[in-house]
Amino acid sequence: MAKDFPVKIEAHGFNFHYATKQALFDITLTIPERRVTAFIGPSGCGKSTFLRSMNRMNDLIDGTYVNGHLMIDGVDVYSKDVDVVTLRRRVGMVFQKSIPFPKSIYENITYGLTLNEKVSKSALDEIVETSLRKSALWDEVKDRLHHSAQGLSGGQQQRLCIARAVAINPEILLMDEPCSALDPISTGKVEELINELKDTYTIVLVTHNMQQAGRVSDYTGFFLLGSLIEFDRTRTLFTSPSQKETEDYITGRFG
Amino acid sequence: MELSSTHISAYKRLVGFFAVFVALTAAVAVLGVVLGMLGSFIANGGTTLSWQFLTEFPRNSNTEGGIWPALAGTTFLVLLMTILGVPVGTATAVYLTEFAKQDSWFARSVRFAVNTLAGVPSIVFGLFGVGFFIQFMGDGIDSWLGTSSFGDGSLLWSSATLAVLTLPVVIVSVEEALRAVPRDLREASLALGATRWQTITKVVIPNAVTGILTGSILAVGRGAGEVAAILFVGVTYSSEVLPSNVTEKFMHLGYHLFVLSTQSPDVDKTLPLQYATTLVLLGLTFLLNLSAILIRSRLRKR
Repeated sequence: MAKDFPVKIEAHGFNFHYATKQALFDITLTIPERRVTAFIGPSGCGKSTFLRSMNRMNDLIDGTYVNGHLMIDGVDVYSKDVDVVTLRRRVGMVFQKSIPFPKSIYENITYGLTLNEKVSKSALDEIVETSLRKSALWDEVKDRLHHSAQGLSGGQQQRLCIARAVAINPEILLMDEPCSALDPISTGKVEELINELKDTYTIVLVTHNMQQAGRVSDYTGFFLLGSLIEFDRTRTLFTSPSQKETEDYITGRFG
Repeated sequence: MELSSTHISAYKRLVGFFAVFVALTAAVAVLGVVLGMLGSFIANGGTTLSWQFLTEFPRNSNTEGGIWPALAGTTFLVLLMTILGVPVGTATAVYLTEFAKQDSWFARSVRFAVNTLAGVPSIVFGLFGVGFFIQFMGDGIDSWLGTSSFGDGSLLWSSATLAVLTLPVVIVSVEEALRAVPRDLREASLALGATRWQTITKVVIPNAVTGILTGSILAVGRGAGEVAAILFVGVTYSSEVLPSNVTEKFMHLGYHLFVLSTQSPDVDKTLPLQYATTLVLLGLTFLLNLSAILIRSRLRKR
């Protein structure tokens, strides 16, 4: 598997339980640094749950618990001495339906930055510009930074949410179906963006869209009923899957 | 295909017509009661209603003059009630929606308490006000500070009693407003490394502020018209001056109406005053409810 790049995220026999049912069974995989890793699989297969375990977003749901290991840079994210807030600053997240905060474009980007520290106006200005440039939005919004972010189009809003996540300079970017609410042109822009961002960030992407996984990811994992069926280089997984279930899924025989 | 309705029996049609007739009559009756009431108040009290009526003190044992101290007293009362009640109600709602585990016994007990509170007759709140606020807290403060101004009915204890009475309204509407804040917004904030508390103060509450306002206004509307609850805790039937601080007694529109109609030496002479006072009281609650509706519709549009 992913041996040719340094390992960033590693799961070992990771199980995840909601209050009444187990959602992930014995997940073991390694995710390489500064690559794009995609998770595919039918709805309810656990791929989003797995993604949301990485920044412990699932903590918000009552009654969940985990066992096994899920490690980032060798540190178990579920161990007692991990501070969730610090973890989430290192592991950014972009959601399927990322509504910007009902604030200005500028304030959306500075939100995460100004939470815990005083940052000078000039430093903020600079971060806003670089974040917007990184998310390929700068040229479109530079003249209306102080206008409400809700006036942006859907695709622009999603790129703003990426800029917002990038602004706090995380190491990992989790993307939970970031394009499922976007039109093909906006999707294209976001995919292009993912390609550029992977030089700086380790990207983990959940997608319903197999073509998208094929286009943007270096590694792909196929989830089914809470288990990781197969994990491999994207090209290998799509051209010569080793598991029957994977083949059935990618050839559209079910799901 | 047979599309004509000949196969439906005449009897069934008759039942249908009858049902519509009954429903319509009920609707018209409700409208009629409201309009009739308003009409009679306006017809009988409209001429008495004037700027002088609103701004003058009552004269001659409440049989002449205006309602200024009652109007001012009611305003002070609801203002103080809002200041006391809304923060507590908001805090409770924040706890219930943001912190409590939804099925924990504590959250369930709080919800049960809120629902029970909503169903308690208001006179019971009045008695609670006497027992808890005046006799327990008031006397307690007096003996602690060596004063004698807290152990009696006052604007303060009336406001506190009303604050308790309107708590369910505040809690329920603020909870609703907080729940209306999309989960995505909270998650986005948390995912950017905000703590729960930062998320609440920076994202959730600013987005729910219209709902919190609506809740406050509804509570004020409920509190402004309430008489039974303040009967024993500080309202007075006549006052030469406005209360100068919160430990004094005050006049109140609803109670004034009760006094005019039952405690006056000449009830017939006060009839126009009663009607006009009713109009003012109705107008006040109507205005408050209207502003709540307007704010709410603005909230929906967003």
